[in-house]
Amino acid sequence: MQLNKKKMPINMKAALTIATSALLGTVPTAVNAADEVSNSAKAQQESTWDFDTAFLYYSESDRVSAAEAIIAATKTFENDEVLNLKLTIDALTGASANGATAQPNVQTFTRPSGKGSYQTQANETPLDDTFKDTRVQLNAQWTQPLAENYTGSAGVHISKEYDYLSLGVNGNLAYDFNQKNSTVSLGLSYFQDTFEPEGGIPVAFASMPTAFGDNDAENSNAKADFNTTRRIDSDDKTTADIMIGFTQVINRRMLTQFNYSYSKVDGYLNDPFKILSVVDNKGIAQDYRYENRPDSRVKQSLFAQTKYHFDENIIDVSYRYMWDDWKIDSHTIDSRLRIPLSSNSYIEPHLRFYQQTAADFYQPFLAQENSIPEFASADYRIGEMSAYTVGLKYGMKMSDGNDLSFRLEYYRQDPKDSGHIAPGALAEVDLYESVDAVLFQVSYSF
Amino acid sequence: MIKTHNNHVKKSYFSEAVGSTIVKCSLISATILLASGCSSLGVQPWERDLLAKEEMALTSSPIDAALDDHIYFSKEASSGGKGFGGGGCGCN
Repeated sequence: MQLNKKKMPINMKAALTIATSALLGTVPTAVNAADEVSNSAKAQQESTWDFDTAFLYYSESDRVSAAEAIIAATKTFENDEVLNLKLTIDALTGASANGATAQPNVQTFTRPSGKGSYQTQANETPLDDTFKDTRVQLNAQWTQPLAENYTGSAGVHISKEYDYLSLGVNGNLAYDFNQKNSTVSLGLSYFQDTFEPEGGIPVAFASMPTAFGDNDAENSNAKADFNTTRRIDSDDKTTADIMIGFTQVINRRMLTQFNYSYSKVDGYLNDPFKILSVVDNKGIAQDYRYENRPDSRVKQSLFAQTKYHFDENIIDVSYRYMWDDWKIDSHTIDSRLRIPLSSNSYIEPHLRFYQQTAADFYQPFLAQENSIPEFASADYRIGEMSAYTVGLKYGMKMSDGNDLSFRLEYYRQDPKDSGHIAPGALAEVDLYESVDAVLFQVSYSF
Repeated sequence: MIKTHNNHVKKSYFSEAVGSTIVKCSLISATILLASGCSSLGVQPWERDLLAKEEMALTSSPIDAALDDHIYFSKEASSGGKGFGGGGCGCN
């Protein structure tokens, strides 16, 4: 019984090795179900697939929950070529802020599909509770030495959701010098995303139509009205990234990295589910309109990271400064301290601070007395905000050499007023509601 | 009232712009200084005992990093920096 238990991870590894090899069309060893044990041993000997798996549960209070599973397989071949394959599956449910403001009265919103509506109670931030999605993502990355001191890497990415398809390629070239104490790298990546949201893409700044029911003759007019607020096509977005990196070993205990990234995003950058309240001078909503963002965005960032090995502990600190042509600036500080508890276990506290300014077209609502601007969004994620994460990870090496770890984190976002005067009733409600989230993760590597 | 308010906004944008220029300049000069001084930095191959540890890799937990990137990409206006921050999901 105990023997079986101990054997299990090896058999699982063997099974996954065979499955992965079969997918790639290479058979590492003859498969014979009756000879399981010797196959396990063979598979381990003849192939060096390593598997990293993780399950993450993310939950916001009263809002979105997500479950995400990852399985990654890595194999190092004879001449230091490395193949990494990764499968990610995630499922999302729950409610997401739709962009409208809280009101002193009950509000009714049409679901994105147009079929039915949902209500928000007085003084509550409107949340669209129809959020539901499952996503499957596949990544493959091949890395190999190209010549003395040169390493090349290339990868592909495919991600599919019910209403979204993302295809990506990337390439990276690294050059080591100064006895491999210094490395410069250049990376390029390109993504092509296609969006076909439920209920169609809303026309920019169209008023939210009323809902229609199923197969009801009475509702055909409502459906026709709904359709006038929708485009009939899908839309897409491209993302081109360039990254220049520099890594330097400082001494036996310390290592640093610097990156500069330039990213250009073009195409449909709206969130089709987000709206803005149009309020009168008493702050009462008269209408809801779909948001509209520019169709391009240029982001740049500088990133610096350093790791330092104390006698026992290892500290990892990084800082990122990001700015873009939407006038968003952000600062991120991320730090982890790995503290060994024994020769085969450790804890790792994690602290992260984040702060961003608002996009120049961000506004929490539209005033009825003003004309509709060229661009506007009330999505708090592009508004002024600060956030922090506090977390703790516990990891252990098991007797068979495999790694098991647990991670628990708390994440809090505090959206802020970036200088918008709230008229009448809006002064009485919370326009910048905080979001609390907890994440829990289990990882197992074998 | 509104005028004062606008002034306030302009002022804060101005100081932010100056602040970000300082940050950019200092980061760029730090990079240049490090790059020019790097030939005297580093270790001999036999001094890599600590650096060779898995936990000293710049990304010691790629899976954690991937999960974190996905969360923050979908909840904040920034992404990437350490790696590519490109597309990939309809979450943002």
